Amino acid sequence: MSYEVLGITVLWIFLFGYLIIASIDFGAGFFSYYSTITGKRHLINNIIERYLSPVWEVTNVFLVFFFVGIVGFFPDTAYYYGTALLVPGSIAVILLAIRGSYYAFNTYGVNKNNRFYMLLYGASGLLIPAALSTVMTISEGGYIEVSDSGKVTFLVQKLFTSTYSWSVVLLALVSVLYISAMFLSYYADRANDRGAFEVVRKYALAWSGPTILSSLLVFFAIRGHNAEHFDRMTEHAPMFVISFACFLVAVYHVWTRKRLGLSFIFVILQFGFAFFGYGSAHLPYILYPYLTIHDNFTSQPMAIALVSVFILGLLLLIPSLYLLLRLFLFDTKYVQGKRGK
Amino acid sequence: MHTLLSSYDPVMYSRVLTGLTLAFHIIFATIGVGVPLMIALAEWIGIRRNDEHYLLMARRWARGFVITVAVGVVTGTAIGLQLSLLWPSFMRVAGQSIALPLFMETFAFFFEAIFLGIYLYTWDRFKSKFTHFWLLIPVVIGSSASAFFITVVNAFMNAPAGVSVKDGKITDISPFGAMLSPAMPTKVSHVLVTAYLTCAFVLAAIAAWSLLMGRNHVYYKKALKLTMVAAFVFLISSAVIGDLSGKYLAKYQPEKLAAMEWHFDTTKQAPLVLGGILTDNNEIKYGLKIPFALSILAHGVPNAEVTGLNDIPADEQPPLYIHYLFDLKMGFVSLMVIIAGAFMVLLWRKRERVYENKWLLRGIILAAPLAMMTIEHGWIFSEVGRQPWLLRGIMRTEDGATVSEHVDTMLYVFAALYIVLAFSSVTVLIRMFRSNRAEDEIAAKGIEGGSEL
Repeated sequence: MSYEVLGITVLWIFLFGYLIIASIDFGAGFFSYYSTITGKRHLINNIIERYLSPVWEVTNVFLVFFFVGIVGFFPDTAYYYGTALLVPGSIAVILLAIRGSYYAFNTYGVNKNNRFYMLLYGASGLLIPAALSTVMTISEGGYIEVSDSGKVTFLVQKLFTSTYSWSVVLLALVSVLYISAMFLSYYADRANDRGAFEVVRKYALAWSGPTILSSLLVFFAIRGHNAEHFDRMTEHAPMFVISFACFLVAVYHVWTRKRLGLSFIFVILQFGFAFFGYGSAHLPYILYPYLTIHDNFTSQPMAIALVSVFILGLLLLIPSLYLLLRLFLFDTKYVQGKRGK
Repeated sequence: MHTLLSSYDPVMYSRVLTGLTLAFHIIFATIGVGVPLMIALAEWIGIRRNDEHYLLMARRWARGFVITVAVGVVTGTAIGLQLSLLWPSFMRVAGQSIALPLFMETFAFFFEAIFLGIYLYTWDRFKSKFTHFWLLIPVVIGSSASAFFITVVNAFMNAPAGVSVKDGKITDISPFGAMLSPAMPTKVSHVLVTAYLTCAFVLAAIAAWSLLMGRNHVYYKKALKLTMVAAFVFLISSAVIGDLSGKYLAKYQPEKLAAMEWHFDTTKQAPLVLGGILTDNNEIKYGLKIPFALSILAHGVPNAEVTGLNDIPADEQPPLYIHYLFDLKMGFVSLMVIIAGAFMVLLWRKRERVYENKWLLRGIILAAPLAMMTIEHGWIFSEVGRQPWLLRGIMRTEDGATVSEHVDTMLYVFAALYIVLAFSSVTVLIRMFRSNRAEDEIAAKGIEGGSEL
């Protein structure tokens, strides 16, 4: 495997990690607010808070890791995306800032359940995926113009009026709610909290249909927008078929209320197959048609250094993450709220 | 000022926005680096002496710390992304040369984030108190390491190393060599020690405030003694490092040293100028000149030659107003030395009085904002003193900035965000500690043991 492919694979794995844990986080914020309006907060809030409190900080790191890494391996991405993404990127940063800090103010501050704080936290949780998904859209090409002198112009209007970009936004929103509800079903089940489980199970089932429909929509929208990419995606068709099968298994288990841990593993597999299928079909382009993974790849010593540090870092991180999960996710007593803080 | 507002200049707006984000972020970043160390000290003492007061101290500091961490994390994410959004051409070069420390910084931050989450939620979970204490060590290491790596990046920008430059372009890169720039040792140690110092003062100010309000509980006396002794130690170390920084500047960035001291002609036995104002034709008025001091600061001997500004090309000179910044900074430092020194003398001579002397307590309260302002000043001084370079000797600032439209709008939006965040976080913190005072918590928990100082 060349360093380029290794680099982009590592980054893609991190982006996938972010996709899963941030979805749980963003969706949970939204459900937390939604349950307040609908008067069901007392049922599900404990579950959400018990999971989110120890992990919210870690979520952010996955994202930072991705964008630091991509600039490290592919310095030209900073030039193209940096110039193009000033406005959508800044909006995403502001939303992340509001969300992260108001979560902490609400959770650790004195008057918990401040409705305004919760609104900020819940609403931003849906807007962030929408803002971040524009990066994916832009990567398909057609929204950036590069002049002969190398000046990059971002065609905002084109992005806002394109069917493709809106179908991606829709998919992002719907999947966030679906992933989150599926996870919360599993967590509530582990906590043996039947009241919460029934509420989040309904959310999960309600969002499963739209998730598959919007995936299909994106699939066809790509055909209209970037036929070359679509062709490569059809070459990877088995990935998407397996993804759909995983979806069926996951929903089946939630439907029958059995083996919810397995169900969530299949949710991860469902998105994993789709995400890596999409990603490998995207290669070699990072930004169609201007930037491939071979353009201006970082120097070899830097690539070797980054990969070595990455492996050393993982040796440190994996046991730590395992400890975190063991203490807060797989510790039955903690999940059921029987441990003091 | 009129032209400044009417004509759109992305370079200027990018500089202002980056400066604003950094100025806001470093307040929380400094707290993020220093407070874990103070929490660790308190918890360690608490366990060793079996003194519940110190354990409660660690716990209360940790509670407030979470709020500041949240703001630190989100503004840190902001500056991380802004680097690419506002300085795309620079990041293209930086990606080639200093991606490694940036990458390592994220790892350190990751490490810290994981263990902070665990630490905060496991206070009463383990049988041995030490188990919980050990969880804090990765937090302390992670936060200091992330400060270390990000300062390494900044040090590279001040004094690029480990790269070969051909026609203004970086060609050969040694990833680890780039991390060992000449600016690195002094910068990193200065950043770390002053962060510890500032946090010690901030926490001391809280204790002093409570004592000044007449809340005469032994808890606050213990907190004040611990934090002030720590502050004194950090102050002495930062003075030593500050002196080394001067010698570094003389050798590797003489233009910065010359601009900050208004040293125009290259001379031996150079004097140090304190205060004063500069006239239009570069004459110093009302300044206090200390003979030989600059030569001693720069090279350690009174007879040494110090490069003057006249030997630096005009378009490579930093702005001369950094002299005022530096003087102000040193003024603040002297005040802190007096305050911490007075505390130590009084503690040594008249033990109990040290907690009652109102002027001393007021001084300690003053020292916290002074320390934080010194951090801000130090950074502004260091960054402005690097102008006109973005990468000293390689890339000028205007060549690194974005050419995007809307940087001005983003500046206003981010400014509004920081105002809101500052207001909210301060409100939340004040409420948190007002509604649950330490002496009430001690009474409510029925904490016994360790009532003597």
